[in-house]
Amino acid sequence: MTKCLILSMEEWAEKKNKNKIVVEKINLKIGEFTCVEPISLINTFNAAVLGSWLDSSEITIETIPFEGKCSKCNRLYFPKKENGYKSPCCNFNLEEIISGRELKIASIDFKEK
Amino acid sequence: MHLPISDKIELNILHQNSHQAEKNKVKFNNYNLLCLNIMSSPGAGKTRLLEITLEDLSKKFHSAVLEGDMTTNLDAARLEKLNIPVVPITTGRACHLDANMVSGGLKLLEKKINPDLLDILLVENVGNLVCPAEFEIGEHFKIALLSITEGEDKPLKYPIMFREADLILITKVDLLPHLNFDINELKSNIASTNPKADVIEISSITKSGFDLWQDWISKKILKFKNN
Repeated sequence: MTKCLILSMEEWAEKKNKNKIVVEKINLKIGEFTCVEPISLINTFNAAVLGSWLDSSEITIETIPFEGKCSKCNRLYFPKKENGYKSPCCNFNLEEIISGRELKIASIDFKEK
Repeated sequence: MHLPISDKIELNILHQNSHQAEKNKVKFNNYNLLCLNIMSSPGAGKTRLLEITLEDLSKKFHSAVLEGDMTTNLDAARLEKLNIPVVPITTGRACHLDANMVSGGLKLLEKKINPDLLDILLVENVGNLVCPAEFEIGEHFKIALLSITEGEDKPLKYPIMFREADLILITKVDLLPHLNFDINELKSNIASTNPKADVIEISSITKSGFDLWQDWISKKILKFKNN
């Protein structure tokens, strides 16, 4: 995932003039229902970019809640592992996921040198 | 130095992989080749499943395998004995196949056989219940194996994998009489995580469930070919 993030940043920087910018913050949106542990992503990113053009950049992560929709009564709810992800209102299985699968670079804060 | 600029890009971190996966899928479609991504934890029985499956499947359909493995070609060597085209993909330190690796594997496969002659490509992913679930490879269907020795709770503990799967194979069911294992609880946990997935119980020892699994594959191939 860290590699994918860095590749995405490289792709973004190609459209700018990489040598003339300093990336300050990479603002991510990471859903709770993904395979990404935010602190691990930050640690591995910081280690991977040491000495590179992204060395001085900082990652911020906005966690997007895992939210489902009950297929029986249409209520939104926050699925919990302890409850088998079922809806608390009707005890229905998780069919529709509203949010929580996000793996996004929301924005990049940078300065021109 | 100028004032900071905020570039709001809202870009999926995995978009490069997704883009390559789409390109792979277009290739598979052009070859009229159905691709299945087989995933599980290490030791759930993926390779043995493929050995038994391909013995029969190869009589009806032209098959090939991309065999993902972190460090060895041991699994690929087992499958090569079936006289079908097998391409090993050694991922090194990576714990999953990604779309680029599969693209590379497909290029090597093209050197072995004209994929137009194939009906189905089985991709055995690296044994891991986490990362393979997030990385599309261009497959048409995802198959997740779960052996009963892993415990009933795994669909809840690794929900992304079981949520993403189109078919879940519960393996090693021949061990049921010897274990304190509640298969109904497992099925309930699967349904909680992914109510839409097909589920088949299977044993590579007794071969129970293989008729259903083979039937599932055959129907998918025929439907794919007719579309």
